[in-house]
Parts: sequence; structure tokens; C-alpha cells
Amino acid sequence: MTLTLASPVTVILGGVWGLLILATAVIWRLAPAPDSELRQRIRSWWLIVALCSLALTFNRTAALLFFGLVSFLALKEYLTLIPTRHADRRVLFWAYLSIPVQYYWIGVEWYGMFIIFIPVYMFLLLPVAMVLIGETQGHLRAAGTLHWGLMTMVFSLSHLAFLLVLPQTQYPQVSGPGLVLFLLLLTELNDVAQFCWGKLLGKHKISPKVSPNKTVEGFVGGLLTTVLLSALLAPWLTPFSVRDALLAGALIAVAGFFGDLSLSALKRDLSIKDSGNLLPGHGGILDRVDSLTYTAPLFFHFTRYFYF
Amino acid sequence: MWPLVLRLLFFLLIVKPFLLLAVGVNVRNRSRLPRGGPALIVANHNSHLDALVLVAMLPLRLLSRARPAASAAYFLRGRWRAWFARNVIGIIPVETGGGRSHAEVLGEVRDVLAAGNIVIFFPEGTRGEPECLGKLKTGIVWLAQELPTVPIYPVRLCGLGRVLPKGDWLPVPFFCDAWVGEPLHWDGDRQRFMTALAASLGGSTL
Repeated sequence: MTLTLASPVTVILGGVWGLLILATAVIWRLAPAPDSELRQRIRSWWLIVALCSLALTFNRTAALLFFGLVSFLALKEYLTLIPTRHADRRVLFWAYLSIPVQYYWIGVEWYGMFIIFIPVYMFLLLPVAMVLIGETQGHLRAAGTLHWGLMTMVFSLSHLAFLLVLPQTQYPQVSGPGLVLFLLLLTELNDVAQFCWGKLLGKHKISPKVSPNKTVEGFVGGLLTTVLLSALLAPWLTPFSVRDALLAGALIAVAGFFGDLSLSALKRDLSIKDSGNLLPGHGGILDRVDSLTYTAPLFFHFTRYFYF
Repeated sequence: MWPLVLRLLFFLLIVKPFLLLAVGVNVRNRSRLPRGGPALIVANHNSHLDALVLVAMLPLRLLSRARPAASAAYFLRGRWRAWFARNVIGIIPVETGGGRSHAEVLGEVRDVLAAGNIVIFFPEGTRGEPECLGKLKTGIVWLAQELPTVPIYPVRLCGLGRVLPKGDWLPVPFFCDAWVGEPLHWDGDRQRFMTALAASLGGSTL
């Protein structure tokens, strides 16, 4: 993955930086208080965009390390939030160790192992570790919640990284970082667009119990915005035909919406508002990767099935 | 000189990266922390990591003056451990038990504080159950009475007992919080002082 100065990835990243500067200028006007939530949020966006730019332009190893770190922080935040049993400390340690192993499979481009390691091997192994320790009280809950966390924070998110190593011989214009950038950008902009349309026009709540801020108007506005953006960006970053670009945009919008809701339901269940405070203004890292836990695997399989 | 360099390297290259990456300690109200000595930092105690966290959250220039008070019986057992505890972690050994008076047990702690240092002190005396403040011992009252002008900074630690609990050697990553409270001063009323201290350390009763 060599990148020249004018590759599509660097051009689009340049556009993202431009957008960020613009958004910062607007928010500095809108929210004059130095520690307002909007200002904190934009400051965190600077950090996120800087780290993503570095990871996507440096080299493959840096990108894998970066996404591995994101999985680690997300799993750590999840395990901090949920109740865990003292007896399972060793088991949790093994669960953390699955992260470098999962990203190693990606590094060596072993698709078969990448796709079954967590759903099959970790799924079977962690309960074995629990059984060997011998605590049966709360076994199902411990095994179930731990595997849910691994599937969401490690397995799902690691699909982002596997986009980096999809063989690109038949599409010389398309690069792994380009596909990742496409997915990241559309997922995050879909969140932002749903939020903005919801604020502007939102009336009919979709799921008042799980997330009272989600409205039909916000969802549809986000969907249309994302489909449009997908059609604009796809020729630069993906091998998609126009029809598939529209489909991919719709897929990301719908999947992102349900990823967000799924993590909201988790937070409701645990009676918390923000999952942490790693990213001031956003909450924790789970509040930022929630949509990605759904869009990453679904977009990956869409792309791989039709193009690679 | 050498121990100080070792101490600096230990905190800079091992403790701080470990706490940042493997643990993730979130210090709330960092601006309330002391900017110099003498100062007494007190916290609830659930893990061996507590003292390291409290030293590491101070600015690096105060490192040479930050000294955790720790059990002599545990930390001075064995030549290597004793050397490491004294020189690298920089503990003030405290000999407890056996009908000793406060002056005998905490005399060195008082002297180190009086010399203008920052002492880290666990009023529970020992590590207890995670997220459950044990009964505060009276040593803290004696220290406060001896040095009434030294400000006392309560820090409530959450989660470290999950990362590395008593009786285990394997740390498991979890995010942790350290809440720095408003500084307390000795005002002559023992009951009021202990109640305020316990409340700021997350305990409801004494």
C-alpha cells in the first residue's frame, strides 16, 4: 500500500481536514463557552481524525496496531461497565489476549482463521477456562456477556482492518486504506447527519424506550445524505458501480442506525448515559464505535462478496 | 542520585505507560492536587497499584518528594524487595502492631512530612474489599494533630481493586477513576474530621 501525495486517500483526507477546520470555526462561533460540550466534542474529533489519518497513510502495520488498540479500548470499556465475576479474572485476561491474535490473522491475511477464531474458537475456549476454574454461579451470564463483548468490540471492529488487506490486484485504483476511509467516513457522517436532521425536523420517535433522540425524520434524512455521499465518494475510493454505491450507502445508514441503538440498549440496561469519558464531549469510546460495530462486518461482506 | 534516576526511569518508562495503556486511570479534578510540599495525600486502599497511581498522577518534578507510607512487614521482606521498595518506589516503612504508640509507628512519616515532602497515606491501614471503604484507623488523626498546618488531600480510587486485587499478581485491564476531593484541614474536632474524611473517600459510615 504505497501512497503518493495525490492518491484518492490523501485527497479525501485533505477534504476531511478542511471540513474539520470549517466545523471548528462554526462551533467556535456557536458555542462561546470554552468547555461547552460541542467544543469538547470537536476537540475530540481533531484527535480522532489525526490518529486515523496517521494510521491510514503510514503503513499497514501502523494501521493494524491502531485498530487493535481501538478494539482493546472498546473491550476494556465494555468490561469496565458490565458486572464481572472475581473468579473470571484469568478468563478476562485470555479474552484480552485474543485481540493481538485476531489482528495477527489479519496481518498474515488468513481469512479462514480470521472469520472463525472468535465466533468458534474463543466461543468454545473461554467457557472451558471458566469450567476449569470451577465457579458455576452465574456461569451463563458471565460466558454470554463476555462473548457478546468479544464479538462486538473485537470481531466486528476487526473487519475494518481486514478491508486493508483485501487483495487489490484486479482494481489498481482501489486501496485498502481507501475502503477503510470510505466506511469510516460514511459511518461517522451518517451519525452526524441523522443527528442534524433529527434536530432540524425530528418529530416521530422510532424507539422511545431505547433512544428517545432517534426520529423517523432523522433516520430518513441521514439515509438520504449517506446514500448521496456514497455515490459521490465511491468512484474515488471503491470499485463499486453506481448501483452498488447507492446500495452500500443505504446499507451503512441502516446498519449504523441499529449499531447505535444496540449499544444504547446496552447502556439503558446498565442505567448509564455515557459509556466512559475517554473522548470528552462524546462520552466513551463505545459511544463513538457503536455504529461501526454493525457497519464494519456488513460493509465488509457486501464488498467482499460482490468484488473480491 | 542514582536511586532518583532509577525512580524517574521506573515511573516514566514503566508505571506511567502501564497506567495509561493497560489500566487507563482517569483523574478527576486534577487541578486540586498539591503543587508542592508539605502535603498529605490520603486514599482508600484496595490494590498495590494505589500507591503507584497516586505518585504517578503528581507532576514529574514532585517525584523526588513523593513518598508512600507502606507496611514494613510486607515491603521490607527480602533483600531485593526491600531495596526496590525503599529506593525505586520510595516508601516510608511503617511498623505496625505489637502495642506500639502512634509516635513509634508514624514518627518517621511525620518527620518526612515536616521536611516538606508529599506523603501518600492509606488511613484504612491495609487493602480491603474493592469499592468498600474499611474502618479508618486513628493514625491519620494523630498525624493531623501533630502537623495541623499540613493540608490533607483526599483521593477516592475506583476500580483498581478490580485491576489488581489483594492476593493476585496478574493485572487485568479495566478503566479506573481517581476523584481528587477538596483539601481537608485539622480543626480540632476528631469526629467531624473522621466523618468528612470517610465521606470524601467514598465511605458512608465509619
